Amino acid sequence: LSRIGDELYLEPTGSGLSLRAVNSSRSAFASFLFAPLFFQLYEPGSAGPDTELFRCKVHMKSFLGVFRSLPSLEKSVGKCLILLKPRASRLVLQLHCKYGVTKTHNLAFQECERLQAVFDIQRCASRLCAPARVLAEAVVHFPLTLAEVTLGTGPGGKISLRNYVEDEAGESCRVRGPPHLGVPFSPPPTPFPPPEPSKTMVTELWLAEDEFQSVTVAPGSHITFCLKEFRGLLSFAEASNLPLTIHFDEPGRPVIFTLDDTVLEVHLVLATLSDAESNSQSPSTNGVSHLPAPSDDFADDLESYMAAMETSEGCSEGRPSPTFPLHIPRPAKSKHEEEEEEEEEEEDGAVPGTPPHKKFRSLFFGSVMTPGRPGPATTQEVLAEDSDGES
Amino acid sequence: MRFRAKIVDLACLSHFSRIINTIAKLTKTCILRLTVCKLYFILSDKVANGGASLWCELSQGNFFNEFQMEGVAAEHNEIYLEFVPENLSRALKTAQSAKAVKIKLTNKHCPCLRVAVELPSLSSSSRIVTHDIPVGVIPRRMWNDFREPSVPDFDVSIYLPVLKTMKSVVERMKNLSNFIVIEANLSGEMNLKIETDLVSVTTHFKDLGNPPWASEDGCQSSAQGRDLESVAEACVDIKKLQQLLAGQQVNPTKALCNIVHKRIVHFILLHEEVSLQYFIPAIA
Repeated sequence: LSRIGDELYLEPTGSGLSLRAVNSSRSAFASFLFAPLFFQLYEPGSAGPDTELFRCKVHMKSFLGVFRSLPSLEKSVGKCLILLKPRASRLVLQLHCKYGVTKTHNLAFQECERLQAVFDIQRCASRLCAPARVLAEAVVHFPLTLAEVTLGTGPGGKISLRNYVEDEAGESCRVRGPPHLGVPFSPPPTPFPPPEPSKTMVTELWLAEDEFQSVTVAPGSHITFCLKEFRGLLSFAEASNLPLTIHFDEPGRPVIFTLDDTVLEVHLVLATLSDAESNSQSPSTNGVSHLPAPSDDFADDLESYMAAMETSEGCSEGRPSPTFPLHIPRPAKSKHEEEEEEEEEEEDGAVPGTPPHKKFRSLFFGSVMTPGRPGPATTQEVLAEDSDGES
Repeated sequence: MRFRAKIVDLACLSHFSRIINTIAKLTKTCILRLTVCKLYFILSDKVANGGASLWCELSQGNFFNEFQMEGVAAEHNEIYLEFVPENLSRALKTAQSAKAVKIKLTNKHCPCLRVAVELPSLSSSSRIVTHDIPVGVIPRRMWNDFREPSVPDFDVSIYLPVLKTMKSVVERMKNLSNFIVIEANLSGEMNLKIETDLVSVTTHFKDLGNPPWASEDGCQSSAQGRDLESVAEACVDIKKLQQLLAGQQVNPTKALCNIVHKRIVHFILLHEEVSLQYFIPAIA
């Protein structure tokens, strides 16, 4: 959770204790719901007719500081008590350790509204389930600094992961050099300088269908999301040895990663890059998800490229680079829906805090409805729907 | 113009990766020259590189199971590519348990070296990871910029101390000064010196030995005539020296340097299948 946000939201509910976090640009949300059975004792308190179950948020760093060194905690701590004292404005974390030592930490908290991203797993057309290890092994090929990755489906049921490359010119992997199809070439006045290979390397990984525990995907579908928050969940999943399920739909709609256990329910919701063009075009023109499954024989003809360089004639390359145009997303909500929100912070249609050319839609955060609703709402009525008429 | 190659042996792959890692530590971009028998990694001494230059040469037969190369033209059966070695290093980093690694020059959207790694997996088919490394194709008319540098007419040639020791000395000196003086004589003695306003530090190495150079145009005779005690020195950018030493992951079979007094230091590092020459110019 600390990989996502700086504040930890604690929400006791009838079905367990929910810990949540959201990132500053509202494009990532995670919740961990611990069932009552997870705890030796679980008293969520009582909600009166006019009051809801108390919830609060604390600084992530303060909370984590209490559990600083896991190995030594495991050796010395017998019990941990978490107590919310609303009237004292303190969240109490009490560690009962060996030799009669008790460490009590009093954390200041802030009251808060319910943090709930609006998403619906049932509406996701595609679902993949794999052991965490498989996904961790897949992700290791991408550099730690990589921001976004595109998950796609390919022929033969294969699933691909590919690093997403942004390019101002709207074309991926384009090197200064001979022009591509259709543009008249005028010989450069000076000797041709070697093109600068400073473009980003593109890495693509293909996983066979049988590496997954289950695959239900809409053919040709693909989504692009941030790797950073996903890696956080992945290391948790690996450590707990739980299979990870990925629910996704169209580009622009959030991707939901879930882990399920008898006493723990985890949801990670990430905004995905919206790609309005690819929705209307036939998928085969989108170079991202339709690279053929790797074969040994594909075009590697540089003769024409060399000819163009040497003789300064127009080149006769294959098809032009695929463009990956990023259109400004349609407004995420209408005026009416904006008024319904009760957010702590102002939220507008664009994603605050992210660079302007990243067109991630922010996740949608619903307002508080009825108190005591359990966990992430998979069936609750969506109050504020996207105004683009999807249903 | 075509190039395809394949490595299946894990030891070869690991060795090849180490070479690429070494190159990646030395320079951000470099030239890869492919011939029928050899691969060369070249950095020419442009001002942008701080005047340092690199020539690394290896025989393809020692690494690749398959190697097919067709150059730009029959009478110029070579390919020159400009690329970022860090990309190749990264691609190979997670390939260390691969069943096979194939490298191919392609031109889907732009010229790329496509590295396809076939990894073992528990499923029926292998996992395939492809890395498309963008490259620049160097036209034939520019090939003259990348000729093999000749061994300079040096004043002193001496074997280097154990690289690990030299590396730790240089790394600590790097914290104190930006420049280092390398001085040596023909009696097997070498000093590494730094000097600032506050401090000067010298590390002395003895009994290093001086390599015998085969007589070529009477070089040998001129060396014999030289005073064994006379010292040649050069003051160089310490960062370049540190990068060279940091990149050495395995002890070379032979490591020596040639010093042209106050002009240039020429390092030669030889492993069984690969030779690396690195030139660092002296700071005036």
